Amino acid sequence: MHINELLFWFLTALALFSAMMVVFSKNPVHSVLWLIVVFMAITGHYIIMNAQFLAIVNMIVYAGAIMVLFLFVIMFMNLNAESEPQKSKWMKFAAVLSGGSLMLILIAALKDNGGFISSMRGEGSIGLIKNLGKVLFTDYVVPFEISSILFLSAMVGAVVLGKKDSSTIVS
Amino acid sequence: MNVMPVIPINYYIFLSLALFTIGIVGVLTRRNAIIIFMCIELMLNAVNVLLVAFSKMHHVAAFAVDRATTAGTEAQLFVFFIMVVAAAEVTVGLAIIVMLYRNIHSVDINFLNRLKH
Repeated sequence: MHINELLFWFLTALALFSAMMVVFSKNPVHSVLWLIVVFMAITGHYIIMNAQFLAIVNMIVYAGAIMVLFLFVIMFMNLNAESEPQKSKWMKFAAVLSGGSLMLILIAALKDNGGFISSMRGEGSIGLIKNLGKVLFTDYVVPFEISSILFLSAMVGAVVLGKKDSSTIVS
Repeated sequence: MNVMPVIPINYYIFLSLALFTIGIVGVLTRRNAIIIFMCIELMLNAVNVLLVAFSKMHHVAAFAVDRATTAGTEAQLFVFFIMVVAAAEVTVGLAIIVMLYRNIHSVDINFLNRLKH
């Protein structure tokens, strides 16, 4: 068995187990930490698929910035209590049933194809920063600039939503 | 020439579907708004894994014909833009959750049914 396949199975098992723990752990802080493990496993998947730039961005943006934001909000609200109200047993059963049937239908619809992923010598240049940056700043420069405007508006929106009620602020 | 490691695309499809389904089950079973938000992030990442896998599959098929191909670049850029939009979405969503907590002193979504009054 090649090292890539071993890594694939290890990272898959890690990702699925950690995703289960995200959903089923009682403490929200533990959920955030398990979600960081999921993102690390997905970063490993990107690396064995030769998408190095996306691996680095995934680790920095998701596992770094976004998860720290989640952790900050949870600790800010002092939510790390074990006594979260639960939904009823029947609601959980119905949720798992509907999710499982969705997965069953999607697997049945998608399982018949012969595509494969191999790692040959000399390939793998498309995932590097050189190629992606060249395409990003020539063909996709307009969506790139639009995304910067999106970030600006998201920042303004977060500040407006997050600040106190404006009637209490003396202008 | 040593044997090439070949991973069928089906494995990645099944991994992505399993992650997506776990995200859906989390959204449907939990009542904490932050956990629901994290499960949405999980579903986004499942889709990203599938996009990168399809990009790699496309590139492998094109590489066998032309050694200097750059097929599959667009999918990876698409994943990059998904990450950008997800980061913006997380900031606004967490601001909404903080505002919610400030108003009703809880992040339990069952208390949100007063929105309809």
